[in-house]
Amino acid sequence: MELTKQEQAMLNGEEGYAVRKSLEILVALGEIFGAKNLIDVGSVQVSGVSYHNLGDAGLEFLDSLAKDGKVKVLTTLNPAGMDLENWRQLGITAEFAEKQNLVIDAFQRMGILVSCTCTPYLIGNLPLYSEHVAWSESSAVTFANSVLGARTNREGGPSALAAAFVGKTPCYGLHLNENRVPDVHVKVETEFSKLSDWGALGYAIGKKAENKIPYITGIKTAQLDELKSFCASTVTYGTKPLFYIKNITPGSDQQTLPKETVTIEVSDIKNAYDSINDNIDEIDFVCVGCPHCSIKEIQEIVNLIQGKKVKEGTELWVATSRTVKQLADKRGYTVTIETAGGKFACDTCMAVAPLEGRFKALATTSAKGCFYSRQNLMKTKMGSMKECIEAAVSGKWGN
Amino acid sequence: MGQLKGRIIYKGKVEGEALVTSMPISFYGGVDPNTGTVIEKGHELEGVSIKDKILVFPQGKGSTVGSYTLYRMKRNNTAPIGMINKETETIVAVGAIISEIPFIDKIDVSKIKTGNRILIENNNIDIF
Repeated sequence: MELTKQEQAMLNGEEGYAVRKSLEILVALGEIFGAKNLIDVGSVQVSGVSYHNLGDAGLEFLDSLAKDGKVKVLTTLNPAGMDLENWRQLGITAEFAEKQNLVIDAFQRMGILVSCTCTPYLIGNLPLYSEHVAWSESSAVTFANSVLGARTNREGGPSALAAAFVGKTPCYGLHLNENRVPDVHVKVETEFSKLSDWGALGYAIGKKAENKIPYITGIKTAQLDELKSFCASTVTYGTKPLFYIKNITPGSDQQTLPKETVTIEVSDIKNAYDSINDNIDEIDFVCVGCPHCSIKEIQEIVNLIQGKKVKEGTELWVATSRTVKQLADKRGYTVTIETAGGKFACDTCMAVAPLEGRFKALATTSAKGCFYSRQNLMKTKMGSMKECIEAAVSGKWGN
Repeated sequence: MGQLKGRIIYKGKVEGEALVTSMPISFYGGVDPNTGTVIEKGHELEGVSIKDKILVFPQGKGSTVGSYTLYRMKRNNTAPIGMINKETETIVAVGAIISEIPFIDKIDVSKIKTGNRILIENNNIDIF
């Protein structure tokens, strides 16, 4: 890979340890994946924030970088393993909280915005069409590439951090036009009636277009929350972190229809629900906000839960960013949800919080949420926001 | 006995005993960072320590957190002293760089046997 004089100086350690390590990482990845050079990035999203996943090893490494590392571009952070303020109420131990706070402190010292959300695009990290960025967090990577038309590979925690300290990333993969060409035509021949149908669609396409870039036709309209949910689902269940939807996502008019075709019918959506849904009635955990709830989704929850009470023995978590919650606070939404017995889970989510053994059965709007909760040994049910809030109130699914 | 040439992922010079497996390794969850012992069920190296060896394997697998596990092992003195891959990927490459473990890939790993004495120097491997 060709380096500029300035990049070579960074590699020689002239800007300190964190920048030298970062250059070493970026150059090695560039060599492995055949990049010719480094390119400037507009912003970075860093994953690997939960102490639950990082452990002491990750904490030690972050600490070593924080000694002299400062980010050069706008850098936002993925969810942590707990609500940074309200962790006690969510049943997090003091030992975990202490370690998690050390992780957050290291990121603070690097100059990273402690946004702790998987939806950076809702809180001010919003790349433009064809802008190069270096993001980790697969759902956000997919959103940036597909819904915004920006360009990013699916970074890991360390490679995203490296890009932030240098302000650059190696130019390979989805940064290049030739790698953004769709390779399978997905004909959708079914209609959708609720948010979770988009999660089911992501599951169905993920399975039929594994490791491919889908070009989707047959969808007439889509809203922000629906695409947010679809992005999380399709990449979790198998596609590359890029798709096109004809007449809806940017760049779809510039691509030609791939020859290979698969069809998504009513039965595929039903099969997706059947695979995600376990045969259970009792629900002890309802969690919405995977990806993090938008303010519009919180409005919907308020409308559904007003004047009701969450069943004793069942917990309702609304996962969102602190920024969105502040809007909810001002409008009185927070009080309404908390009066009904629901809890806000800011800065965190069901995929990265230490939840093994805490709950038996989850109800959620999110297909991705079901995938990760199964790793935490929960049974899962996926449905509409209405079905989820009803489950929180009754402690049962579908009654 | 032989010489092999590969691609440098992390530069360095180190001599030691080879430990070879034909199976990919997941450092996160697959290796105990406190002892350096492989703990993945059903792995060829299950129960074997990789501490202070030159670890020869096709590539990494599993969670990206594995990079941090290698770093932890280096700090605990339970890490391999050098690594050789057939064709590496992001997790092990990043792990070797942040842990400063000499690392080469693009090597025909079938040419190396467990117990061989090996010298890694830049992109070159000598087998004694």
